[in-house]
Amino acid sequence: MKYVDEYRDVNKVKKLADMINSQVRRPVYKIMEVCGTHTASIHKFGLKSLLSKKIELISGPGCPVCVTSDGYLKNSLKLAKNRNIIVATYPDMLRVPVEGGSLEAARSEGADVRGVNSALEALDLAVRSAKREVVFLGVGFETTAPGTAIALEAAKKDKIRNFSVYSAHKTIPEALIALGRDKGLALDGFLLPGHVSAIIGMEGYRSVAKKVGLASVIAGFEPVDILLAILKIVKAANVGATILENEYTRIVTKSGNKQAQRLLKKVFIQTDSIWRGLGVISGTGLSIRGAFGGFDANKKFELPKEKVDKALAGGCLCAEVLKGRITPQQCPLFAKRCTPLSPKGPCMVSREGTCRAYFEFR
Amino acid sequence: MNRITLSYGGGGSLTHKLITELFAKAFKNEYLDELDDSAVFGLDRGKYAYTTDSYVVDPIFFPGGDIGKLAVCGTVNDLASCGAEPKFLTAGFILEEGLPFDTLEKIVASMGKEARAQNVKIVAGDTKVVPKGKADKVFINTSGLGVVKKRLKAESVRPGDKILINGPIAQHGLSILLSRESFGFGSSIKSDCNSLWPIVELLLSAGLDIRFMRDATRGGISAVANEVAQKSGYSLRLFEKSIPIEPQVRHLCEILGLEPLDIANEGKMLFFVSGRDTDRALEVLKKHPLGKKASVIGVVAEDKKARVLLKTGVGGEKVLGFPVQEPIPRIC
Repeated sequence: MKYVDEYRDVNKVKKLADMINSQVRRPVYKIMEVCGTHTASIHKFGLKSLLSKKIELISGPGCPVCVTSDGYLKNSLKLAKNRNIIVATYPDMLRVPVEGGSLEAARSEGADVRGVNSALEALDLAVRSAKREVVFLGVGFETTAPGTAIALEAAKKDKIRNFSVYSAHKTIPEALIALGRDKGLALDGFLLPGHVSAIIGMEGYRSVAKKVGLASVIAGFEPVDILLAILKIVKAANVGATILENEYTRIVTKSGNKQAQRLLKKVFIQTDSIWRGLGVISGTGLSIRGAFGGFDANKKFELPKEKVDKALAGGCLCAEVLKGRITPQQCPLFAKRCTPLSPKGPCMVSREGTCRAYFEFR
Repeated sequence: MNRITLSYGGGGSLTHKLITELFAKAFKNEYLDELDDSAVFGLDRGKYAYTTDSYVVDPIFFPGGDIGKLAVCGTVNDLASCGAEPKFLTAGFILEEGLPFDTLEKIVASMGKEARAQNVKIVAGDTKVVPKGKADKVFINTSGLGVVKKRLKAESVRPGDKILINGPIAQHGLSILLSRESFGFGSSIKSDCNSLWPIVELLLSAGLDIRFMRDATRGGISAVANEVAQKSGYSLRLFEKSIPIEPQVRHLCEILGLEPLDIANEGKMLFFVSGRDTDRALEVLKKHPLGKKASVIGVVAEDKKARVLLKTGVGGEKVLGFPVQEPIPRIC
């Protein structure tokens, strides 16, 4: 497969791993992979087994389901319990536990909850179900937000009155600044998320480079991509250099996808957002603008304002995992009371979730 | 269009008609011909394998097979993987009211064809019809009885034994997924639905030291490998590069984010063969049409940690766990 196989070449991988290991000069290098797909790739290809133990790869908050707040989930359940509403969601959200229930459990009790693969699919559903209200759960980062924006624009243009979006969309850069400044974490660098970067471009991280001064490298998701980025970070860390580099040049450009950026600005307004475990991070939320107010489920159904989560239920340490302070194995629930079949926290639900990745590749 | 009505399951004349004109004809054999309440037959001394499985696959017709063929192959394979030559099957049908009659005819014909090809006799059966919406078109249960030729147990595998598979993986699960969901791309991936007794018989009769075998259905080869590791106590090492997979299957799994090792097969068996007989076993497998692409995919390790370790294509190593959840619902 072109553009895949050459990035999985066993010789290139070995050479890169050797180069990284020969650069190790310090007792530890802490590198955070921000994106859940990176976490999954690292496990899938067994990359940790090739690297020096001194290179610590820490999973960051880049799994959309995992950082969605309890308050948002509670409101989603409330929507699902309204018999006139069809809740359309990425299937990942179905099994996230909240208040002893989940969207999946609500469905088994008669709620109409549908799994969809895109916001446009949800809009289609609304067109076909004229007598019901369809609410799409808009979760995800700069990667899924443009898809939601396209659906909102189409809904407005075609006057699809029974469609709305409950937005929990978030943006990445400001969250990185918060993590980069966390003294307890003491990161050496970020493996920046390839998909998000395709939208925001390298320019999207200027503020991160300026404010936290770490080694940050945009990386693709194949083994060679990831190892190349790690090599750059380790080299920079050795000399204490601040770098912002783009390894994923076959997809990510300097200025990103301008069309998607324009669309995001047109439909959404930056607000504060609640991240599960991390609390409020200002300027990381994407709320629906007034011009699209008729399609904002928040207004349409007068949903209560989300509150910042207090301690998570049942001793779940998701918050610490999301901040990279502990690895999943250090949580007492991991693989015992908390498994993908009976998850106690969202990190065990999504395939991008840190706990899930650690569980599957344990 | 002629459709199945509730009366077909009522025990009256329509039920009788269904049995005599459809089932008895399609499955014709001396035991079934008696149309008694049970099939009556004699058994020689020896060991027998006896199994049952229900088939609820959606859709009922898929590229490479249908629910009828699957209901024969699946049960035949359960017997074969225990080293038993399949002899007799029973077939229970649960039909949804309104099922087109010719659909049932096609399924039954397909069962009859596969049973004849495998020289296994469907000797008893049952039909029930449930009101529309209470079942999905047709569900089939088959049970099977076979004569054990060689009793094999997972506990018998030993360090140094090689792990062989008879061909490329993940075709059944993926073909079902693609015939159900329209992802907006065409594909020609066919299910590998096939009866495996012929190749098992070849291997057993070649006088090779086969330690264990198991068909890799739901949960794919990940599930089988983990099951054997747990039962035997030894760790298994699998080599991703040696595991046969068709390019189209690999590419689609890549696009859809699926792990091919976790995906169901319906015509693949893992064979655990003593190290010294590996080459000959591979030779025997490759001679049969169902084993042309057979390959040695792993080895039983010395350590007694009961884990499955996968050497990844890029040279890394990881633990391959039990698949967590079925990626694809109702595949068999």
